[in-house]
Amino acid sequence: MSFQYSDEILRRFRNPKNAGEIKNPDGIGMVGNRSCGDVMHLYIKVENNKIVDAKFKTLGCAAAISFSDLLCDMVKNQNIEDALKLTKDDLVKKLGGVPAPKLHCSLLAVDALHKAIEDFKNKK
Amino acid sequence: MKKVYLDNAATTKTAPEVVEDMKPYFLEKYGNASCLHKWGQEARDAVETSRELIANKINALSEEIIFTSGGSEANNLAIKGVAYQLKEKGNHIVVSEFEHPAVLNTCRALEKKGFEITYVAVDKQGFVNLEQLKNSITNKTVLVSIMHANNEIGTIQNLEEIGKICNENDVLFHSDCVQSLGKVGVDVKKFNLSLATFSAHKIHGPKGIGVLYVKKGVKLCKQIDGGPQEFNQRAGTENVSGIIGFARAIDIITEEDVRIMRKMRDYLVEELLKIDGTSLNGSKENRLCNNVSVAFQNVEGESILLSLDDKGIAVSTSSACTSSKLESSHVLKAIGLKPEDSHGTIRFTLSKYTTKEELDYVIESVGEIVKNLRRISP
Ligand SMILES: Cc1ncc(COP(=O)(O)O)c(C=O)c1O
Ligand code: FES
Repeated sequence: MSFQYSDEILRRFRNPKNAGEIKNPDGIGMVGNRSCGDVMHLYIKVENNKIVDAKFKTLGCAAAISFSDLLCDMVKNQNIEDALKLTKDDLVKKLGGVPAPKLHCSLLAVDALHKAIEDFKNKK
Repeated sequence: MKKVYLDNAATTKTAPEVVEDMKPYFLEKYGNASCLHKWGQEARDAVETSRELIANKINALSEEIIFTSGGSEANNLAIKGVAYQLKEKGNHIVVSEFEHPAVLNTCRALEKKGFEITYVAVDKQGFVNLEQLKNSITNKTVLVSIMHANNEIGTIQNLEEIGKICNENDVLFHSDCVQSLGKVGVDVKKFNLSLATFSAHKIHGPKGIGVLYVKKGVKLCKQIDGGPQEFNQRAGTENVSGIIGFARAIDIITEEDVRIMRKMRDYLVEELLKIDGTSLNGSKENRLCNNVSVAFQNVEGESILLSLDDKGIAVSTSSACTSSKLESSHVLKAIGLKPEDSHGTIRFTLSKYTTKEELDYVIESVGEIVKNLRRISP
């Protein structure tokens, strides 16, 4: 491999606690596409404008899986407006940095969140 | 923790008997092979004995063996050496589109200098399109370079047939035989080769030593200027211990090793393909005795690699996610693999040291890991 991952990325990759699906979610964000190798599905449960649960399914590299897992932790118990303020830099910082070629995987996670919230708003 | 090394196409363990043979050339017999004193002569004798042994193994003459710093340098010397030597005659070179970077990037460098390169297509099974190869040769063509066995998918080209085409068209023929040496018979006469590249570290020899076979009468434009070593074709004090190690490594290969590796390879393929959503990349029959390249659908290669590493198992991927440029493997693209299959491809390469117990551990681990990763995949 031509780069190294932080311990935090590897830790989350090995044990992604938020992997899975939510039955009857209030919003789903689907991003990426199979031929690029990266696909992310984010499921959120919302109560009184607050995200009470978030889960993901991701096909991708260790960074993509870690970002998905971290994103779920970070948006849980946040209200929609605050969740929307989350940026990819917040994610990268939390993971102790990420190899340059993997920066786009963090963007993917933020995109998935925005799509999920949009989906939630449309359903309302 | 268990440790299983299945990345022998990247490099191999140096065989203990090779290391033993090399040792005295560091500690006692450290002379420069160009010197006239006893130290020098001792080193010279050892170099020449090794040269002869290696020559014999590929049906060449001793004076046709040029030692280099490895496969990459030998490929550079072969291709640039011919291109610059024969530039009055023509500026066109034919290669396949799935050559090793040491060939492809050498060609790209030549393109920048005004040379023209044709990249011949390969089919789904991993074989060079010989019709296209034949048709791409023009009166400007000075060299055809086609690798013997591919480093990613292990498919073996019919060099005898390509040699015939080159002979009929009167062009020089080079082959990168780095992956095939010791696994497939290499006979430079039978294949009508003008040039051939070899490297020791893929056959349990040391790193940093290679050979370019240069057929008697073929002239190259020297690429490393300096002293007159290696028949004045490559300057530099001989890597004596490396040369000794290369010769010993090639000498200890047996047909039995190859036969056993082939059996183990077939076992690994059979068991891995029992996992749902898997396929073998490249021809099943005409492939290296130690290469297993499998596409796992709906999983990312890098994730499999890292999870296997956690279990002490070393493999390799051609995955875009693993490369620093995030580009899919040019080899898998060349054989027309869908991007999603190429993303999930893992290369397992065996050696004569690989055991069935190791493979069983790998098979079990892969099954588990792929299942886990698919569970979290959309
Ligand atoms: C097909 C092929 N050619 C050339 C090389 C380069 O050889 P070396 O590592 O000795 O420079 C390799 C191995 O990396 C290879 O697999
Ligand atoms: S998912 Fe491919 S680089 Fe991250």
